[in-house]
Amino acid sequence: MQAYALLFILLQCLLTGSALGAQAGPRVQVADAYLELRTGPGRSYPIYYVVERGEWIEILKRRTDWFKVRDAKGKEGWVRRAEMEQTLTEQGGKTDFKEAVLSDFSRRRWEMGIMGGDFSGSNVISLYGAFAFNAGLAGEISVSQLFGEFSDSLMGNIDLVAQPFPMWRVSPFFALGTGIIDTNARKTLVKSRDSTDQVSHVGVGARAYLTRRFILRAEYRNYVIFTSKDDNKEINEWKAGFAFFF
Amino acid sequence: MESRLRILFLITGLSILASPPLPAAPASGEDAPVIQPAIERKEIKEARIDTENFEVGAYAGMMSVEDFGTGPVYGVRAAYHVTEDLFLEAAYGRSKAGETSYERLSGSAPLLTDKERALSYYNLSVGYNLLPGETFIGSRRAFNSALYIIGGIGSTDFAGDARFTLNLGAGYRLLMTDWLALHVDVRDHIFDIDVTGEDKTTHNIEINGGITFFF
Repeated sequence: MQAYALLFILLQCLLTGSALGAQAGPRVQVADAYLELRTGPGRSYPIYYVVERGEWIEILKRRTDWFKVRDAKGKEGWVRRAEMEQTLTEQGGKTDFKEAVLSDFSRRRWEMGIMGGDFSGSNVISLYGAFAFNAGLAGEISVSQLFGEFSDSLMGNIDLVAQPFPMWRVSPFFALGTGIIDTNARKTLVKSRDSTDQVSHVGVGARAYLTRRFILRAEYRNYVIFTSKDDNKEINEWKAGFAFFF
Repeated sequence: MESRLRILFLITGLSILASPPLPAAPASGEDAPVIQPAIERKEIKEARIDTENFEVGAYAGMMSVEDFGTGPVYGVRAAYHVTEDLFLEAAYGRSKAGETSYERLSGSAPLLTDKERALSYYNLSVGYNLLPGETFIGSRRAFNSALYIIGGIGSTDFAGDARFTLNLGAGYRLLMTDWLALHVDVRDHIFDIDVTGEDKTTHNIEINGGITFFF
């Protein structure tokens, strides 16, 4: 009997859950004198309809800072975020759409980005992903493609990155890592040969929190390539790029 | 007098006995609010708002590879719209280069093998919607559209080597619905090449049409 009751409750939870999923978007009430509906998600699209104060609108979807809404008469249009924040929620409070802020940047868990720069005369493009173990320490994996005069290379690295001041808007970091570089000599050159070598590096750089989930990142790395020849190669790399976090 | 005192003691005694349950009453959870709100409480749950900032799609067109003629190109692209003006795009495309006029006229050994003639590229670009607005088709229909400029960096794999590539271009996006767009895109892929006897910077123009979906 108890099992049946439990099953019934579970079923009901499931049903209400799915009903919620299928339900229409959240509703807000216009509190300004009127709300302008545009034909598209941008300031350059014309205003073709206005919703009056006191009317309820349903939020259908969002693109960048624009919301597509539908009013009681079924008119659909796009409203900018600043205007949407002047509406009232169903419990009468002000509507607030949360955006990532500086404190979210300090508490970020995952980070992904691309960078471009110079690898001792060669062009370099890097793609990286990072996971923060805590506010001060993160692990990073990066893949770089290098385009040199005599060769092009693919390089993979893993890094341990320390960030001593995670609360700062412009936050410096220090990196220590190792990896592998796979070099392919230019086809038109006869004397060069392909090689795969181990590399290790130290790095220093800074992240600057831009806006929302975006970061500007610049760094310097000093690589040591353990070549099969007698001497190791030391290389300076400078690069900068964008990243986002979540 | 005595009986009155006894009654007083009795009352105090009783009240002391009776008092413990009184403070215990709120803890038992029986003090319900005086007024039960009739309205169901609802927060604006942003997770419930469908955000459509990503755009993915495929394209096909023609690509002119400097010195090597023009061949078909096809590729895929994904974009993230940061603001109404700015977007980031990643693309991957493949093409096939033809023969140089030298190879055709001289009849000598080909400069490249068939495998080396296959061209593939990837790029990461930033785009700006320069002219967003509406496009009128006929007198009754208006579609949202945007003319955008785009540029970025990437790599082109051609003639046996990977080459650092700059790309610059412009495109036109026509939104058939909120989530379906048609693209026409013109792009210049700029990279250095040395297979024709000199080290030179080449401009490789690509023109393509495509379809993308917002989600």
